[in-house]
Amino acid sequence: MSYHIVVCGSIVPDPLQTLTPMDGPQGPALKNEMMLPAVLDPWAGHALFEAANLARKLPDCKVWLVSLGPKAKLQQVMMAVAQKAPFQFVAVDGPASGFTDSFAVAESLAQAIENIADLDKGKLLLFGGWQSASRGSGSTIQMVAERLGIVDQFQGVDKLTVTDDGIEVLERVDGGAWLASKVEGAPAAFGWATGELPEPPNNPQVGMMNMKSIMPALQQAKPAQPGTGFKVQGVSVPQVVRETRIVKDMPVDDIARELVDWIKA
Amino acid sequence: MYTLSTLPGDDVRQIMWRFSDRFDLQMVVQSARQIARGTVATLVAEGARHTHEWTEHKAQLLEAFDQSGLTSLFMDPHQGGFIEGPKNLALALVAFELSWVDGGSATCSLASNLALAPIHEKGTREQRDFYMHRATPPQPGEDREIWRGAFALTEPLPYVGVDTGVLVGKVRVDEWKDGAEPMLHVEKRGRFITNMDFAHFVTAAVDSADERIQGSCMITLQADDPGSFDRGAPTLKMCHQLSSTRDPIITVKVPASRIIGGYEIKDGVIVPKYSHSEIIGAVFHRTRIPVGLMTTAKLLSAVEPVIRYQRSRFRGGDASGPGSPKFEMGLQQKEDAQQRLVDIWAMGEAGASLGFGAARMADAFDPVEKRKEALLEEQGCTGPRKQMAALKKKQAETLEYVDLLFADPADKAANQARLDELEADTLVRFSYLDAVLGVTIPATKVWNTGSGANTLREAISLMGGYGITEDCPGFLMYKWADSQLEATYEGPEAVQRMHLTVTMGNPVFLAVLGKWADKLDASDRPGAAALDAAIRAWLWAYEFLDAAKDAEGKKLLHRKRQGVTFPLADALCWLVAAASLFDDVDALIENGPMNPTVAEGLEGLVGFYTDLAFVQAARAAGEAGRILAELVYGYGAQADTSAFAALRAEIDANLAGARLAKDRAGEALTQVMIPEALDYPM
Repeated sequence: MSYHIVVCGSIVPDPLQTLTPMDGPQGPALKNEMMLPAVLDPWAGHALFEAANLARKLPDCKVWLVSLGPKAKLQQVMMAVAQKAPFQFVAVDGPASGFTDSFAVAESLAQAIENIADLDKGKLLLFGGWQSASRGSGSTIQMVAERLGIVDQFQGVDKLTVTDDGIEVLERVDGGAWLASKVEGAPAAFGWATGELPEPPNNPQVGMMNMKSIMPALQQAKPAQPGTGFKVQGVSVPQVVRETRIVKDMPVDDIARELVDWIKA
Repeated sequence: MYTLSTLPGDDVRQIMWRFSDRFDLQMVVQSARQIARGTVATLVAEGARHTHEWTEHKAQLLEAFDQSGLTSLFMDPHQGGFIEGPKNLALALVAFELSWVDGGSATCSLASNLALAPIHEKGTREQRDFYMHRATPPQPGEDREIWRGAFALTEPLPYVGVDTGVLVGKVRVDEWKDGAEPMLHVEKRGRFITNMDFAHFVTAAVDSADERIQGSCMITLQADDPGSFDRGAPTLKMCHQLSSTRDPIITVKVPASRIIGGYEIKDGVIVPKYSHSEIIGAVFHRTRIPVGLMTTAKLLSAVEPVIRYQRSRFRGGDASGPGSPKFEMGLQQKEDAQQRLVDIWAMGEAGASLGFGAARMADAFDPVEKRKEALLEEQGCTGPRKQMAALKKKQAETLEYVDLLFADPADKAANQARLDELEADTLVRFSYLDAVLGVTIPATKVWNTGSGANTLREAISLMGGYGITEDCPGFLMYKWADSQLEATYEGPEAVQRMHLTVTMGNPVFLAVLGKWADKLDASDRPGAAALDAAIRAWLWAYEFLDAAKDAEGKKLLHRKRQGVTFPLADALCWLVAAASLFDDVDALIENGPMNPTVAEGLEGLVGFYTDLAFVQAARAAGEAGRILAELVYGYGAQADTSAFAALRAEIDANLAGARLAKDRAGEALTQVMIPEALDYPM
């Protein structure tokens, strides 16, 4: 069984940064967005690593990573991501601030996927993050799948096993339990939770190979305006007062006791 | 008044340090950064530095290097690496990224490369293939251990590091059967040998103790060689504890084929192809750059934690509440706190500009040097003296090349054919690059580490209550301690000054320095005129001291007169570093608008960097002026020094606006956005 796996994964600002919203010419944006360091959305990262792992184990599989974001930022992030797993890169040039309409984002991503020349939609497994670190609406992958005509969809996926007669899926549900399902095969869409794989070690040779497709893909990236027709009425940063204590060498029991006291209070 | 929006990110650095078009290097930076802010930071935070022994805890570093791809960075693709061609800039960037968090981890990363460097530079093809292959992580389908190397040059006490020309390690013939390869007996004691805990092989410098072996050589010794491979006691270092360092005692029997570069047998005597000093010369020429940049990384890494400390200094007390200037700005309300940090930042930037400039030029130099070697060998110029004579003949053409290279665009275009012709001349190109690198490499080593260590002390002092505790954010205390070691790495600072004593008087370098001054003179950038005048003052002082004699009629500018040559070298380092920063800011101004990420905040960035360059130019001109005045007036009381006095006055007058620049830069530091938390733990 061979699959064509398309991973949708955008970039998000480094979560350690102060993210201050401001009004831009096209609606809300992040202050200094272009200068903020960015990383691959962690949810999408899980999806990518799972895709690469699956492709490694099965014959004749191909992996594409489709990303929507500012070209310059995508290039920067790919310097790290490209070393993790082999993939073909498809870039869509647009904002990645989180103040975008997931409906329009899905439209752009679906179009980009439709335009992949050697993609066999009969073998298509659509991967992405169940949530996103920028907004967490959990809706984008569903809408991309709908546009591509994929009706078998799974969200909160933690495990995917290819068997002789299909694909077994574990979806995360409340209470630490999983919903086990089985699908005959492609096409299907999977919104990944955290999966089961650790971040793979860097492989610079893979990175050098990937960059050969990443650089042309960035140059050819088509612009998308997923904000058109979408209006955000107001944005503000949650007012949180952080009270941090630094305590060294505290016994585990004491930490646990303090947590329990805090919860009870 | 400009606004500095955020601390400069990767895009800015890529432009200034000229690797925007090198995605291989950008990948390397990301890999090294992940290890630095992950594995390395965790080790330091968990107290791994608190023992001299190499532990399993510390050994996580080696695994991280392997997994990130850094282990194979030094190798060419056919040897298992991934970057084709020279790797000076790549290694410099890795050392910079790792040292951003911990200098010892950078040393650990560089040490295997240092062991491989003699083999890489002068080894036979078989030696290169053998050791390079084993030092790379196994490829798919391979099942083998990765070999690590150690480099053993330094000698046991009491001779530590005083003179690399004196060797106590000895090699003699152990067994030499007719028609068979000679077997050698090697005795080598090392001191402060990095990687020694886990090294599979050692590249050792040894001298002949046998009339059947000529001179000195470098030789590889393996842990499984017959004899004793005693790794020795751990060195009780007070710094760089994330590298393994011991004092080995090795007595082994090895085949003569281990002599690096091979050997010939002439009249029954084994004649190594290269002496140990020839090999060391080739190796150290390059490896000083990353070490210099290690201290520089720490200076720049101090900026963010100091800002965070300054801003939050008065939070939590009763005296101020959220929203009040005292709460929001903390110590940054005080002009002194801001401006001292500006000084630290400017020093760091200048060091980086100098070091990365040298690394780039070293990458350009490597293939030229190889072509030069081949060309001169073809011509029968094999010994150092013959080579120097051949190169001396090219000096006039090299000076012509320098003239054309720095000519204004119209003149350059008119003489393009001649410029191309000279550029294609291997010996001319070699002479030019060698002259500049002969100064910028030791300058990186001595200035970045020495002045850098002094400046790190200032960074710690800015931390106030945090400064002398282990909780000091950014591990600044450790970085300060480590910088003392970097200032002595690969030979004490005196060795670099001795090197500069020889190279700074090269007529080609003096011509290039004059061209740099011309370029600054033509620039209308604030501070350029002060630096231009200071360089001209240095050139004047050099010429003056070259002709002057002391009270006893002895020559002043002589390699034995370290009281003259060493301060002169120090003054030069300040100037070259400041000029390098101007060059990098030029690159930002020219190429910044083409990068959409940088273009957004370019005005603020350029404004800030222009002021920073002025601050550094003023400091450099001041330091150099002081040193030069001591030398010129100190030795030339009876001479006509009016020209020098005029140049000094010109320096002073051209400082106009320097403090205004510092005011602006300090003010910018109060506005710059920084992350809420440092991206590696305390």
